[in-house]
Amino acid sequence: MPRDRANPAAAPARGGARRAAAEEPQRVTATRGGALDEASTTWLRTLAADGAERDAACARLHDLLRRAAHREVARRAGQLRTTGTELDDLALQAADDAMVSVLGKLGEFRGESRFTTWAYKFVVLEVSSKVARHRWHHDAPTVAETDWSALPDRLGLGPEAYAVQRDLVRAVRRAVEAELTERQRGVFVAAVLDGVPLDVLAIELGSTRGALYKSLFDSRRKIRERLVADGYLDTLVRHR
Amino acid sequence: MSGWTRLDAFLRTDPRDVGCDETLRVLEIYAELTAADPAEARSRFPGVAAHVASCGPCAQDLAGLLELIRAEQDAADGADDGGLPAAPR
Ligand SMILES: [Zn+2]
Repeated sequence: MPRDRANPAAAPARGGARRAAAEEPQRVTATRGGALDEASTTWLRTLAADGAERDAACARLHDLLRRAAHREVARRAGQLRTTGTELDDLALQAADDAMVSVLGKLGEFRGESRFTTWAYKFVVLEVSSKVARHRWHHDAPTVAETDWSALPDRLGLGPEAYAVQRDLVRAVRRAVEAELTERQRGVFVAAVLDGVPLDVLAIELGSTRGALYKSLFDSRRKIRERLVADGYLDTLVRHR
Repeated sequence: MSGWTRLDAFLRTDPRDVGCDETLRVLEIYAELTAADPAEARSRFPGVAAHVASCGPCAQDLAGLLELIRAEQDAADGADDGGLPAAPR
């Protein structure tokens, strides 16, 4: 990890080399100096050991992942329509699955973070995907009439003059209908107008978070270009 | 903020945005840097910073990882077992 808590002086100096590493994460390792902290080294050594030492390390790791999963599930409990044992089950399942991933990918750990941070990432991602599946299961998106009147609320617009909201909705709707592919339109309507979380929508559409984000990203750009071309956003362009 | 300004902020995309897959690939590195020095994290990974600013699910995952990192740091600072404290029940 970049800041070794046991030895703050070991933190690499800021400078050109670190700035040059921006956007090239594969170079981070080279600029870190490669020294693993003691706790991470111990984790790697004991998990690679034989017999009782490895068993004990696995038990410790599972305990750590279980506690991390409970904490993460508790943090996200507000997104779930359930409490009690179902939350406990979800956390335990996430910890078990994260355990399998961590042990299976030990060889891929590059020491670019503390070992525990790397392991927690698997917990967070497992909880994330299980929460999305839970939400999809209990509250699957439904295909309904496109409700354009929801747009101002979804964008968090304050109480605007009715005429402003009407013009804005009309302009966006025209851009969506003219510029987006059918697929992009479907994703935009579900994610923006219906407020379906991307992870939940990904399950519904058999897609991925990344693919849907990219679709929305392209849609936002195309809609904006159209609104600029139509003269709705031109003053803002000049301001910036 | 007027409706048009807010709409513009929502539609505006950041060309540095690296997307979900790349963000999740380096999430543990970015999270540790953020916990230590948020400005440094943003300057070393501008594309990840741009992404988590506009992707709800990735921002959620980052928040979760940050909380675990901080809990571990708190435990290390306050106790000798260095273990992650149990989730509040
Ligand atoms: Zn994302």
